[in-house]
Amino acid sequence: MFAPVYFDHNATTPVDPAVVEAMLPYFSQQFGNASSRHEYGRAARRAIDEARAQVAAAVGAHASEVVFTSGGSEANNLLLKGAAACLRPGLLAVGAADHPCVLRPAEQLARRGWNLEKLPTDPAGRIDRERYAAVMARKPKIVSLLLANNETGVIEDVEPLAASARAAGAWFHSDAVQAFGKVPLDFRRLNGCGVHALTLSAHKMGGPKGAAALILDKRLELEPLIAGGGHERGLRSGTENVAAIVGFGVACQLAIERRAALASQLDRLRTQLEEGLVAFGGQIFGLAAKRLPNTVYFAFAGVDGETLVGHLDRAGYAVASGAACSSANPEPSHVLRAMGVADELARGAVRVSLGRGNTEEQVAGFLATLRSTVDRLQRLTAMAV
Amino acid sequence: MLKLPIYLDYSATTPVDPRVAERMIPYLVEKFGNPASRSHSFGWEAEAAVEEAREEVAKLVHADPKEIVWTSGATESNNLALKGAAQFYSGKGRHLVTVKTEHKAVLDTCRELERQGFAVTYLDVQENGLLDLEAFSAALRPDTILASVMFVNNEIGVIQPIAEMGEICRSRGILLHVDAAQATGKVAIDLETLKVDLMSFSAHKTYGPKGVGALYVRRKPRVRLNAQMHGGGHERGFRSGTLPTHQIVGMGEAFRLARLEMGAENERIRMLRDRLLRGLSDIEEVYVNGDMEHRVPHNLNLSFAYVEGESLLMAIKDLAVSSGSACTSASLEPSYVLRALGRNDELAHSSIRFTLGRFTTEEEVDHAIRLLHDKISRLRELSPLWEMVQDGVDLNTVQWAAH
Repeated sequence: MFAPVYFDHNATTPVDPAVVEAMLPYFSQQFGNASSRHEYGRAARRAIDEARAQVAAAVGAHASEVVFTSGGSEANNLLLKGAAACLRPGLLAVGAADHPCVLRPAEQLARRGWNLEKLPTDPAGRIDRERYAAVMARKPKIVSLLLANNETGVIEDVEPLAASARAAGAWFHSDAVQAFGKVPLDFRRLNGCGVHALTLSAHKMGGPKGAAALILDKRLELEPLIAGGGHERGLRSGTENVAAIVGFGVACQLAIERRAALASQLDRLRTQLEEGLVAFGGQIFGLAAKRLPNTVYFAFAGVDGETLVGHLDRAGYAVASGAACSSANPEPSHVLRAMGVADELARGAVRVSLGRGNTEEQVAGFLATLRSTVDRLQRLTAMAV
Repeated sequence: MLKLPIYLDYSATTPVDPRVAERMIPYLVEKFGNPASRSHSFGWEAEAAVEEAREEVAKLVHADPKEIVWTSGATESNNLALKGAAQFYSGKGRHLVTVKTEHKAVLDTCRELERQGFAVTYLDVQENGLLDLEAFSAALRPDTILASVMFVNNEIGVIQPIAEMGEICRSRGILLHVDAAQATGKVAIDLETLKVDLMSFSAHKTYGPKGVGALYVRRKPRVRLNAQMHGGGHERGFRSGTLPTHQIVGMGEAFRLARLEMGAENERIRMLRDRLLRGLSDIEEVYVNGDMEHRVPHNLNLSFAYVEGESLLMAIKDLAVSSGSACTSASLEPSYVLRALGRNDELAHSSIRFTLGRFTTEEEVDHAIRLLHDKISRLRELSPLWEMVQDGVDLNTVQWAAH
């Protein structure tokens, strides 16, 4: 039995061996509760402080701006609901192609009196600038936009968008979970442009599941989502997940050290993959936009994405037909719908997201398998018609 | 060889049992898939591990796996249970009942619900830390929707009469939530017989990892909740967010071990705890906080009169113990739990919580006994109050000069 090739790094990544190594002592030896005052507790507190500094350094933030949470979904919920709870209901703008953990909390707020605007994207997957300007003229109170889309990998140029949100008097948040570790992020610079908060997650960049952070400008007041004990400056109660936080910190440090090399490796693989795809009729979504170096989202006319993904799995390639969180949902991707892609083509969508362990040989093997599978499926479709 | 400091703070957190850690590690390295990934074996493998762990958690408390919702910990479980139920049933009533000795995760959540327009009754406990069932019954009103009472108190280890409270609540159509973070592996929990509707669990108090917990949500009769975290619709919509597979696997294994070993383990720990109590009971003016009968075998909470708590903690640095609950020990307020028992500030300040566990040894207990004897007599030698008491002065009659 050979190990399948993992091409689904936007769903989650393996934990880097160096990260695992750093985490292990915090399970059974240095196991203290960071709130305890004895040596076990103080050692845990020091480990968290160090990780906080590592996370902050990776995005050019100050350690005091890092709020640890259990995951990216929690961080996005905390930001949106927490900020809304400190304001009188008004206009809230989020991207129509955003992740469900931004869209669903925003819809909850809409039920509590907030006026929700879902910002459409242009055909390339970027926020439609004209509509954005029109919404800013209506003075939103909170704006939240994905920095890089999990399905298409399209990178949003948030700096000018944040600047106009600031001019409109809005708090601006960006979910940077997919961007973090793949493209450089500088919170000081972003903050200077009007970005008040960023969401980061460990398990998308070589860290463990169970740790994430909200990078937060302290002027932005939040009500906590989870009360009880007052951890994380009162913004997030609950015993700190020391091992995962330590792992997150080390993953951040590795990401900085390796980012340039990783980006060029991924860029090379992606070019190889895309050239191959286009050569036999693959249509790549978001091609006109700047995208993450690891993500290729594509479809073949007349080939169902679910079916294709199933065939690829059996052939030993782990890819996704959409976001992992909504994989159970047979509806075509809301991201592609927001980009104006026809449902028929959208149903064919397959996402390959590359990572550090992937090689040229794997991409070449994948292309060969994909080509023969697509040929076969297209012939079957033609016969059925 | 004794490893110092000796860890006697198992109610703050426990080490991950090495057998648990061993089960977790593969899910960080080669079995790293996202359990929500539906299109490949990495995802299916992770999902299968999550479901196996769910069964183990359910088994320990005699629940259906479908009644177990993963969370990031007991604090989140308590928040989800209280806010989720209060918000869902707010049309039925807006009154909640809880107890003054609950964990902050419940008390702070209740305060938040008060700001949202709910009314909360905070019940007193008796001198032994136990809730009086008549007082509990009397506090329930026609508009009460939920009562929240912890199974085992984190500071004094007393076990509340949950079964009786369940009967009372069920007969009045009121939901009962129980914070069982300190109970798993220490007391038998049977949700087939207990009339409890919601129950919070934590992994890291039962030799599992930090960062994972669960909420039991009864299906028959069905309990509904408003989700507090929205997104991809994980956990049947109760709680969105990628499931941390390795932590969940750890919780499953920890609860499996608890189910298999708690009988023998608790007897061993009771023996050690009783040895500790016996060894310290020849010190004068030592008071046990909380009922000794309705109490988990792991806990001993003592007040050493005429010894200042902070100095005592400094003097016994070789013992990793707690002078209050870990979550509040950053403040120098006397423990609100001990205050609720009617202890005065001085006795509350001079209290130490010893919590023993799976890896505590007889040698460690004996060392702790010797150390405490030595340090307490030394501290009392320095205490003018102790000298006055030895001279037969009743301190309550002394007129202290203001300063």
